[in-house]
Amino acid sequence: MTPILSTALDALVAFLIVLGGLFALIGSWGLAKLPALMTRLHGPTKATTLGVGAILVASMVWFPLHGGSFSSHELLITLFLFLSAPISANMIAKAYIHRRFRRCSAPEDVESDLPAPPGRGTDWATFGQHADAPADPSVSQNLQGPRQDA
Amino acid sequence: MIAIALKIALGCVSLAMLLNLWSLLKGPTAPDRILALDTMAINAIAFIMLFGIQGETSVFFEAALLMAMVGFVGTVAYTKFLLRGDIVE
Repeated sequence: MTPILSTALDALVAFLIVLGGLFALIGSWGLAKLPALMTRLHGPTKATTLGVGAILVASMVWFPLHGGSFSSHELLITLFLFLSAPISANMIAKAYIHRRFRRCSAPEDVESDLPAPPGRGTDWATFGQHADAPADPSVSQNLQGPRQDA
Repeated sequence: MIAIALKIALGCVSLAMLLNLWSLLKGPTAPDRILALDTMAINAIAFIMLFGIQGETSVFFEAALLMAMVGFVGTVAYTKFLLRGDIVE
């Protein structure tokens, strides 16, 4: 390998490492600074995942460059992270919506307003209403006390 | 060049984990704390990988993979517990 190419790859690895660290910091700063959970979800799920992805790609370039053999471990971790981050964000948002609408949570929950459910006469999908189903009074029951089947 | 980049990135990730710890303590609700813990696990993966590059060793890959899996399963278990009051039904 020519020295120029080696230096260029080193520069690429250094750039990716700094980029990853900065994105991880930005995501966590958003988590600490943004006002409500629904906005707070954006920081970690997008910025931090991208930052970790950049660091993993840097490691994937760096190890073959310095005598090691190419390994697919980083690719596995990246793939797993990119698959699992949206799922965990969805689960957290779901838990938040259910706790709010069951009125069993702390008063500071109610301060922030959720966006309106999509469409007219429908509820959030997590409450089990089909998008094309007509509105029925059980929706408002759902918004009141704790669920009966839990 | 890479040594300086590693120092900057390790500082950034440490600061990020401190911010996560602060939002974990601040809350105010349980889903907020779960989100802070999940972010902390992701930042820990970045930290482990940076340590691996710094130490020029590849033994930390398994640790990072384990952190990714256990962090995800832990998050799902916590939210499942909040949603249903039970983890394995």
